[in-house]
Amino acid sequence: MLHTVNKSSFERNSLQSCLNTIDDSSVILLIEDGVISAAKNTKSPMLADLAAQGRVFALQGDVEARGISSKVADNIKLVDYAGFVDLVVEHGTAVSWL
Amino acid sequence: MKISIQINEGPYQHQASDTAYQFAKAAIAKGHEIFRVFFYHDGVDNASRFTIPPQDDRNVVNQWAELDIKNADGEPELVVCVAAALRRGMLDEGEASKNGIDGNNIHPAFRISGLGQLIEAGIQSDRLVVFGD
Repeated sequence: MLHTVNKSSFERNSLQSCLNTIDDSSVILLIEDGVISAAKNTKSPMLADLAAQGRVFALQGDVEARGISSKVADNIKLVDYAGFVDLVVEHGTAVSWL
Repeated sequence: MKISIQINEGPYQHQASDTAYQFAKAAIAKGHEIFRVFFYHDGVDNASRFTIPPQDDRNVVNQWAELDIKNADGEPELVVCVAAALRRGMLDEGEASKNGIDGNNIHPAFRISGLGQLIEAGIQSDRLVVFGD
């Protein structure tokens, strides 16, 4: 499954809800304000674990728009919209945490 | 792959409609089919033909219209939820005359229909991706 999170963890607890629910084969894509959670100093320990397994992605344009490109944790993979489409295709059901 | 999209948020609010549009464009560029885009809740406001954004800003409604998503019968597959639309004063010609209102505002690249169209999109498509607030 692909889980997208579009709100900052400072605004909503949707990322935490997602992390509490996610199974071992799922991946997370941070989009819109959700990319704030990709910054090194805001990452939750649970997200860090998933990132270490290569299962966390962030939408590059949204990262750049928020000026946090230099702060993104090294093991979070940046994708463009084409990469977003590939994630949807590869991971079956897409769940949006709104 | 057949992909459908659901949009729950109006234009120029946060980013849902823009993200969905960029996603749809990228999917089409990759050779996928956008089976249907379903505008639900405040998302119905993406279908107003009366929007006039500043000249140096993107026109969200026209961007969707220019994607020109149609089915084999030539009907638009940019589908606006009828109940959500009527509540918010979004009407096509048919709904305007049925309800005795003297105007309509749905862009011709969109069509009004029911929630069944969302369910059908979920059944007919390989993927359904939801964008919203």
